[in-house]
Amino acid sequence: MTEIFWLIPFIPALSTFILAVFGQKLPKKYVSFQACFAVFVSFVISAVSFFGLLQISHESYPLIKNLFPWINSGSFNINFSLQLDPLSAVMAMVVSGVGFIIHVYSVGYMAKDEGYTRYFTYLNLFTFAMLMLVMASNLVLMFVGWEGVGLCSYLLIGFWFEKHSAANAGKKAFIVNRIGDAGFLLGIMFIFIHIGSSEFTAINEAINGGAITQGLATLIAILLFVGATGKSAQIPLYVWLPDAMEGPTPVSALIHAATMVTAGVYMVSRMNLLYALSETAAIIVATVGAVTAVYAATMALTQNDIKRVLAYSTISQIGYMFMGCGVGAYAAGMFHLYTHAFFKSLLFLAAGSVMHALSGELDMKKMGGLRKYLPLTYPTFLIGAIAIAGIPFFSGFFSKDAILTHAYANGYYYIWALGVLGAILTAFYMFRLIFLTFHGQERLDPEVKKHIHESPPMMTVPLVLLAFFSLVAGYIGLPVVVGENLDFFGQFLEPVLKGGHVAHISHDLEWILIGISVGVAFLGIIIAWVFYIKSPKIPERLVARFPRIHKLLFNKYYVDEIYNAAFVNSTVRGSEIIYEKFDLKVIDGAVNGTASATGFLGKVLSYFQSGLIKDYALIFLLGAILLIGCLIIF
Amino acid sequence: MIPANYFLILSIILFVMGAIAFFVKRDLITMFMAVEVMLNAANLAFIALARSATSIDGQVIVFFIITVAAAEAAVGLAIILLIFRQKKTIKTEDINLMKG
Repeated sequence: MTEIFWLIPFIPALSTFILAVFGQKLPKKYVSFQACFAVFVSFVISAVSFFGLLQISHESYPLIKNLFPWINSGSFNINFSLQLDPLSAVMAMVVSGVGFIIHVYSVGYMAKDEGYTRYFTYLNLFTFAMLMLVMASNLVLMFVGWEGVGLCSYLLIGFWFEKHSAANAGKKAFIVNRIGDAGFLLGIMFIFIHIGSSEFTAINEAINGGAITQGLATLIAILLFVGATGKSAQIPLYVWLPDAMEGPTPVSALIHAATMVTAGVYMVSRMNLLYALSETAAIIVATVGAVTAVYAATMALTQNDIKRVLAYSTISQIGYMFMGCGVGAYAAGMFHLYTHAFFKSLLFLAAGSVMHALSGELDMKKMGGLRKYLPLTYPTFLIGAIAIAGIPFFSGFFSKDAILTHAYANGYYYIWALGVLGAILTAFYMFRLIFLTFHGQERLDPEVKKHIHESPPMMTVPLVLLAFFSLVAGYIGLPVVVGENLDFFGQFLEPVLKGGHVAHISHDLEWILIGISVGVAFLGIIIAWVFYIKSPKIPERLVARFPRIHKLLFNKYYVDEIYNAAFVNSTVRGSEIIYEKFDLKVIDGAVNGTASATGFLGKVLSYFQSGLIKDYALIFLLGAILLIGCLIIF
Repeated sequence: MIPANYFLILSIILFVMGAIAFFVKRDLITMFMAVEVMLNAANLAFIALARSATSIDGQVIVFFIITVAAAEAAVGLAIILLIFRQKKTIKTEDINLMKG
């Protein structure tokens, strides 16, 4: 049964095709059924392939299905081929599993939207592209999926394109991603030049065979990582993700939290041998990840828009994943990717449920005390928040702890310190969100309060499902201190993550590290409780005390403004000048000049066209005389 | 036997008369007749040269030309008739649809 794994991406593709061509004529119920069913079938095949993979020996990884030769040009040969190995199996499971739950949620959330069919067409297309990304067996095909998810992200951020801000956010996401993709593409080209193939198996063989020098590995690894910073919203290219919250909330959950934005982490893990070769590149990955984790968390502290807090939280959590990859603990990074997919999409969907209840209200200042109105959303949201904060026995704890422990064990103490700092901030801003939204005084608009209601089962059932996974997903990767050989996740991925290295530390030290990360998580929650429940005056006083810092954080370090001044405006200004001087004058001049020259010539020649028979006959006669004269003379 | 030159001179006279009539006259019927005169001048030249060269070829060509001329006369007159129906005139200076 494992052999049919190549069908996984093509079922959503078929569904996309049907919806795109016949969608407008199909009834709404059928559209929702087909869209969800297609992803569900993909999930079933992924699960079957996953369990099939468990049964075969490590030596036969990866299973490759070569569909057809795609590009054949001299020495440049690319096959349209998919591969299945533990890494892509895990990713396919996450994408199709979480994707399916979010598809179902969308049926409820988007029920009254006019673009219902268009929405599900895009969502299916996204699932297809994302599955292509994770299952491609070479970098070029992976890049196709990479761009495909970027396109779907653009389409879905700007889903409500009549809203100016949504259209702009879509453009911003697309353009910022282009910058990263330029680096990614250069990396692929370097690999092609020096290895002559973009197949992952060939790349790994070449690296093992010593075909790549360390300097070259550094260059390629950094170029590829530039692509990852764009797609996965890391410093310096993270600016598009907060704006991407203009899209429908399930889209934020699926694309901008669970799957697409983690593509960079997947890519770095996929190329782990390359990063293992270059210490510089690995340190850059870890540092960028750690700095982003703290930096994004500080921005989440002051935001009042519920989805923006979650967006910054996503950036911060992806920072943790890169931190894990950078310190050599790829399995831990992937583990965090996997648990994060559950609890972050849960948080987004629960936030969507809050918005749904409050007629689209996003501002936490106008919420508060929602606990009693939303009896299902509140506990699920709470579970998500506890999971992300890193409280023991929830999934986020296991994965975050794995990253921090490995960072410390491998000797990256400053990375570990940043990670711990990020953990306090994470716990604080998540519980600030909980307290402001669900606890304390009601600050609702009276108009909004009249319509307040819990979401329909179509939306709450996915919440409960995701809450369940947020609770239990961590138990497949238990830390060593609990018992040897309980890290099933790490052991499963180990054959494909040979570039990783994990130093062993004593159990006592590990217990201390776990104690520290649990301690800071509780510390963050307690601070949030003191600030927002016990004495709500403290935040105001702090703001009054440190107005500059608050303003800096509230305005997100003015990075958007700086980028605008430094890059956007100069580009726009330059383009305007080129438009005025070159396009309008030279190009348009050449085009219009050709037209008027042709017109002038036509006008001159048209004088000979008098329309009178006599004139024509006269010219004819003169011509005949001329010809005969010529014949006689010569 | 009358020498061929005589016929050729007559042929030239006829042709030039036809040409002059074609350029001077303004109604299509007369111009059409002028064209016929020029055509027959050419026929005459053919016949004369064929006789002096004792060849049958020229005479054969003349038969063809006469046949074609008959057909052409039918078509030409039909066109003139239609122009007249459309424009109520057959004066050439009034017919300049193709003026650029």
